[in-house]
Amino acid sequence: MTATTLTASDAAAAPAERTLPLKTRLQRAERRKKLLHLALIAPLAVFLLLTFLWPIGALLKRSVDNPEVIGGLPATAAALEHWNGQGLPPASALAVFVKEMEGARGSTELASAAKRLNTEMTGYRSLIMKTARSLPLPDGSNLQEGLAAIDPRWSEPRTWQVMASAGQPYTSYYLLAALDHAVDADGAIVAATEDQAIYLDVLGRTFWMSLVVTLCCLVLGFPLAYLLTSLPTRSSNLLMILVLLPFWTSILVRVASWIVLLQSGGLVNQALQALGLIDEPLQLVFNRLGVYIAMTHILLPFMILPLYSVMKGISPIYLRAAQSLGCPPFQSFWKVYFPQTLPGVFAGSLLVFILSMGYYITPALLGGPQEQMASYFIAFYTNETINWGMAAALSTVLLGATLLLYVVYSRYAGQGRNAAKAR
Amino acid sequence: MAAQSGSTGQEAHVTFTRVQKTYDGETLIVRDLNLEIRRGEFLTLLGPSGSGKTTCLMMLAGFETPTSGEIRVGGTVINKVPPHRRNIGMVFQNYALFPHMTVAENLRFPLSVRKLPAADIDAKVKRALAMVRLEAFGNRYPQQLSGGQQQRIALARALVFEPELVLMDEPLGALDKQLREHMQIEIKHLHDSLGITFVFVTHDQGEALTMSDRIAVFDRGEIQQIDSAECLYEEPANAFVAGFIGESNTFQGTLLERNGDACAIRLPSGAVVQARAADVGAVGSSAVVSVRPERIVLNGASAGCENRFSAKVKELIYQGDHVRVQLDLGNQSSLMVKAPISQLSHELRPEQPIEVGIPATHLRALAPTPSA
Repeated sequence: MTATTLTASDAAAAPAERTLPLKTRLQRAERRKKLLHLALIAPLAVFLLLTFLWPIGALLKRSVDNPEVIGGLPATAAALEHWNGQGLPPASALAVFVKEMEGARGSTELASAAKRLNTEMTGYRSLIMKTARSLPLPDGSNLQEGLAAIDPRWSEPRTWQVMASAGQPYTSYYLLAALDHAVDADGAIVAATEDQAIYLDVLGRTFWMSLVVTLCCLVLGFPLAYLLTSLPTRSSNLLMILVLLPFWTSILVRVASWIVLLQSGGLVNQALQALGLIDEPLQLVFNRLGVYIAMTHILLPFMILPLYSVMKGISPIYLRAAQSLGCPPFQSFWKVYFPQTLPGVFAGSLLVFILSMGYYITPALLGGPQEQMASYFIAFYTNETINWGMAAALSTVLLGATLLLYVVYSRYAGQGRNAAKAR
Repeated sequence: MAAQSGSTGQEAHVTFTRVQKTYDGETLIVRDLNLEIRRGEFLTLLGPSGSGKTTCLMMLAGFETPTSGEIRVGGTVINKVPPHRRNIGMVFQNYALFPHMTVAENLRFPLSVRKLPAADIDAKVKRALAMVRLEAFGNRYPQQLSGGQQQRIALARALVFEPELVLMDEPLGALDKQLREHMQIEIKHLHDSLGITFVFVTHDQGEALTMSDRIAVFDRGEIQQIDSAECLYEEPANAFVAGFIGESNTFQGTLLERNGDACAIRLPSGAVVQARAADVGAVGSSAVVSVRPERIVLNGASAGCENRFSAKVKELIYQGDHVRVQLDLGNQSSLMVKAPISQLSHELRPEQPIEVGIPATHLRALAPTPSA
């Protein structure tokens, strides 16, 4: 008891600072430094936020955004909100609709609402336009009968269901469409019919082509990276410059030169014909082969650099050790050297794969219609049909697939790192 | 582990015959190597860096090919045998333990390459880990071990497949002094218990003297002397060995006369000393005399010595078990003496005149090292 009392009085006598926990004192001491560091990175953080995170976020929101019907017929959208979706909407909702249609006749908002409705149900656009032209209804007439008289489709529940669902502020329409699915009349998610389904195919093609390009880069890049590490510094520096040279040339120039080289009257075909290896020119460009050749060429440095940096750190003494232990040279390479290069192999493959997933210009210029990848369709919807919802949805799907891949990779790499740390 | 071949035999295990090695076609890294390594012995290749000792080891391991000459192991020429067929264990400078394998996997590697049955492999790995007293560390990765433990695992890996010959390329260089001395003893005991041939490369003479049955001293691509530690120290064959191993006082002079083992050398100061002729040319040629600092006697003890000088004490350095006395002989020549504490009279002070004696048996006359 005495001891406790003594300690307590000691603590009270000591300056207040001393009684604070060590952690708090450390935080206080480091606060100035931390603030300085934050201030130093603040410009970059703000720049990234404004030019990168915010636009991407806004674009992603576009994939679920549904502003047209709410913009064109706000009161109707609000009135249909309370409708249970069975039979026809109540007369009060019909009245709101008729009144709003009269007021909005000829406005651009109504036009874009009609266009949006048309994507859900064919013929809706002309229905809206026709109805707007035929209003107002004769005085005193029954709203329901009057609308049915303008067009019998107004007496079908489906017509109103479509308007009610299109009047929601958010929609899964674009995202589902990007995955070749749609919501049917009963609200169930169903696969699109075969003649309408294209995006899953495009997505699969994007994955497949990226995979082939990644494998080509790995097969070509691995021996080159190994050569770079084993050559004397002078020659390896020269070779490194040759590897990096494509980086300093515009991608358009490189793609154009591939066209010149690979076209049917191009250098490659001429050379092969002159050598008597072929009689007819080979179709090397404007098909998948051309896209593979050019993309592999453009992305090769992204494979070589990570491989090189990892291989540089592996001492050649390991190969000697393996051989001294009785392992033949090739097996030594495979069992002792190659496993140590795996972090580089994964990093390089991931880099090349993710870059290929978003490739646009090379397939667009060097491929046929069957080689167009997801980003071509994104560009198509942004530039040509100005369908932001569809472009954003495809981007979201592509981004999601890439992120998923990255998560899988980082989990693997994280395990590898932990193992390395444990070592 | 390997067949016990008993104590160091006289049978040759490895022979180098007129081996030369050059990398650029101009300078010979190994000039003319003739070396016989006896079965079961611990041979150290000792020399300054660039003397060709590591090249010699690498040629034996198969990582370098001799430019000319022959290397035989157990009577068979192995010049053209690739390293993985030589069945020679090797411990590398930085251990070269495979970082992506656990300790046990590292030890399994040479055995699984040889396609041994799994049960045999397990038994041998266990025995090898027990041999280096690291039984509990099989599941660790090499990076999780201390330097000394990695060293022991590297040793176990070089021995686990039971080679008859083990090569070590400066394996203790990365360890601190205390651990290095401990490992020296450990490796020596391992050699004694296994009875296989060890070839060890080092530039550390203390290490060589501690561990070896015989030491081959290399300089400029040639073996200067190959002998037991005691012979190398007490009877260096030439001026390089005398200067390289241990400390010695050397003086330039001319050979005055020679009478069998004994000879007389005139020093530049005019004094004539009696010495043992170890490696001298004709009378009148220049020679070097060399004496170990602990063989020089001071004051009264010098009474019976053939060579006596009077000198002045220049400096005293206390070293615990002995005192290093720096003596001034006049004519700008000085002499370093190691005097055991127990034999030193305490009145020794700087500037004090003193009598110095060098017994002729310990003053060796050698031909000067040819300048490069």
